[in-house]
Amino acid sequence: MTVFNPYPGSSIGYGQTLPPDWPGGFWLHWGVFVVIIFVFVMAMVMGFIWFERRGIGRFQVRLGPNRVGPFGVLQPVADAIKVLLKEDIIPAKGDKLVHWLAPVVAFVPVLVIFAVVPFQDGALLADLNIGILYVVAISSISVVGIFMAGWGSNNKFSLLGAMRTVAQEVSYEIPLVLSILGVVLIAGSLSLNDIVKAQSIPFILLQPLGFLIYFIGACAEINRTPFDLLEADSEIVAGFHTEYSGMKFALFYLVEYAEALAISAIITTLFLGGWRGPVLPPFLWFLIKVVGVFFLIFWIRSTIPRVRVDQLMAFAWKCLLPLALINLLITGVEVLVLPEALPWTIIFLNLAIMAVLIALWSKLFRLGGGRVEV
Amino acid sequence: MALKTEPFVVNIGPAHPSTHGVFRMRTTLDGEVIVDMEPIFGYLHRGIEKLAEERTYTGVIPLTDRLDYLASMSNNLAYVLAVEKLAAIPVPGRAEYLRVIMAELQRIASHLIAVGAFLNDCGAFMTPILYMLREREKILDLFEMASGQRLTYNYMRVGGVSQDVPEEFIPALDKFVKVMPGFIDEYDQLLAENEILLARAKGVGILPKELAINISASGPVLRASGVKWDIRKADPYSIYDRFEFDIPTGTVGDCYDRYRVRIQEMRQSVRILRQALEQLPQGEVRSDVPHLLRPPVGEVYGHIEAPKGELGFYLVSDNSIAPYRFHIRAPSLINLTALRDMMVGWKVADAIIIFGSIDICMGEVDR
Repeated sequence: MTVFNPYPGSSIGYGQTLPPDWPGGFWLHWGVFVVIIFVFVMAMVMGFIWFERRGIGRFQVRLGPNRVGPFGVLQPVADAIKVLLKEDIIPAKGDKLVHWLAPVVAFVPVLVIFAVVPFQDGALLADLNIGILYVVAISSISVVGIFMAGWGSNNKFSLLGAMRTVAQEVSYEIPLVLSILGVVLIAGSLSLNDIVKAQSIPFILLQPLGFLIYFIGACAEINRTPFDLLEADSEIVAGFHTEYSGMKFALFYLVEYAEALAISAIITTLFLGGWRGPVLPPFLWFLIKVVGVFFLIFWIRSTIPRVRVDQLMAFAWKCLLPLALINLLITGVEVLVLPEALPWTIIFLNLAIMAVLIALWSKLFRLGGGRVEV
Repeated sequence: MALKTEPFVVNIGPAHPSTHGVFRMRTTLDGEVIVDMEPIFGYLHRGIEKLAEERTYTGVIPLTDRLDYLASMSNNLAYVLAVEKLAAIPVPGRAEYLRVIMAELQRIASHLIAVGAFLNDCGAFMTPILYMLREREKILDLFEMASGQRLTYNYMRVGGVSQDVPEEFIPALDKFVKVMPGFIDEYDQLLAENEILLARAKGVGILPKELAINISASGPVLRASGVKWDIRKADPYSIYDRFEFDIPTGTVGDCYDRYRVRIQEMRQSVRILRQALEQLPQGEVRSDVPHLLRPPVGEVYGHIEAPKGELGFYLVSDNSIAPYRFHIRAPSLINLTALRDMMVGWKVADAIIIFGSIDICMGEVDR
């Protein structure tokens, strides 16, 4: 069987890493997985929207959507139909092309991330051996779409939101990548499938601090509370999508939840053992973990207030970045010095180090200040 | 290379999620920092002062409901107290107690909205305010029992209250007074020591003591700056001299202090309610007042401690059935005058919470 390899003779080619027993070769595999990923993302986003609205309803002593379908499960469908029928308004003085292109630019990268996420052993579109690097690279493109939206709208609130986003995403990318490096060091591979295979114990136990940093950074990356500054409704109305309506708004809404889904899937893969788990089929384990992480994300959303823009930047540079560097250093030393140590020793050692570091930083680091003399 | 920046003007409001009505802040921003702010209001002007001069003294009461529509009972009380002072009308004992009960319930309801909306402005996505609204509903149920209305009560009358409370009111109020301290603790624990809230609200939007006194701020805004001034103690009206309660004060006068003072005041209000419930006498609720009241020629200024500050009514009578001159000292409006001083130099996000911490009601500001 010959498979398509765009880079003959190189180890980067994704054709080479296909499961060898896949019938029909590369193109069938490609076609099937594109459909699977698209359906998966759409269905999960619908489910997430319903789950978040119901869940937040319970957190806020109310019911949440409960009119359309049993327990309101069809509410996202009703919303989608409504939003499709809305008029598409483009600001008269906006940059029309940029305004039109922005939702597309924001949406495509999120969908593309799922190409390397293993749903179960080997079940992924392309088992890139630079998988996690690919995820980091692709996920930063969304911010370009968001900035295009803020710019193209010709609205001051949109511009403020967009400027905040760019600063935020550029800052949080760094601790995010550094915290991933700890996982990569332990697993010894950049491929997501190999990382899952390496997790005989979930990496959240071996890398508790790395998990915390990644989770916080990811919340900032996908603009979830307490870092939802770009669409802070109480400050800048709706931020970058203030001027969007109809299907374009729906796309941005979709991006928000698809990003949450992507981040949940990446956290599951990197730290929670991916599709691994006893008794239940692997795909189901993957789903359960993804939903669990998403639950954590919207639990935080419904609980705590929002930080201010300068505090947000200070938190990334003064708190997360040094912690991530220290975590990377410690992990490197551990991998080098104690490769054969009992996992339990490492787990308790790392938990103790995390506790000490967090206690230290909560003493050293204070959010606050911020007045400028004018 | 020094970057050249240019300030730009952003209109926050009049249609903005956090302006608590139709208020407009014309802010000049340098990046995110506010370099200048001009408050623009008047979008809700209905000419209540002029309308009141065309109505009978009783007919004005529904108009006062529409001032601070989150604290209608307090507005009623302030107005009828002023008229009673002008015409020297006695009020039966039971009516006095019912008025105090209503005013204190109203204070709790208004502070619940204030605290909830403040936390919402801080970005706590709707959760705190929905918890607060749950308890506010119970207060509105009590008001509905007494007056039949849930927002604009029109309950007080010159010389008493419009009607006695129904039988089921007292047990319901008793239950409310018993459970409310627990709920206030819950609200307190929701976010009081939250690191993000502390970072956002502590030291932000400081209103110094001297400035607060100079602009004649009142209510929680003044007390948060450390001034122990409460009209219930300073110039006791109605029967407030019969109750024991403390005046909670802040120390610095920042947003966090204003938030804390409101929580503490709710506790004190529950304390007053408990005492009022114990002392509540039986008897008439309304003295004999002619329908077309003609107070003697003269002028009067009656003021009370409304939830948002000192609410005063200045009335001039020419012995006709309508006030000759009717003026309202609206606490929200006067507390707003410090807004620019508190805001300049802070960021947009701070401007929103500073504005939220003042707790204004546009119905009262624009009248």
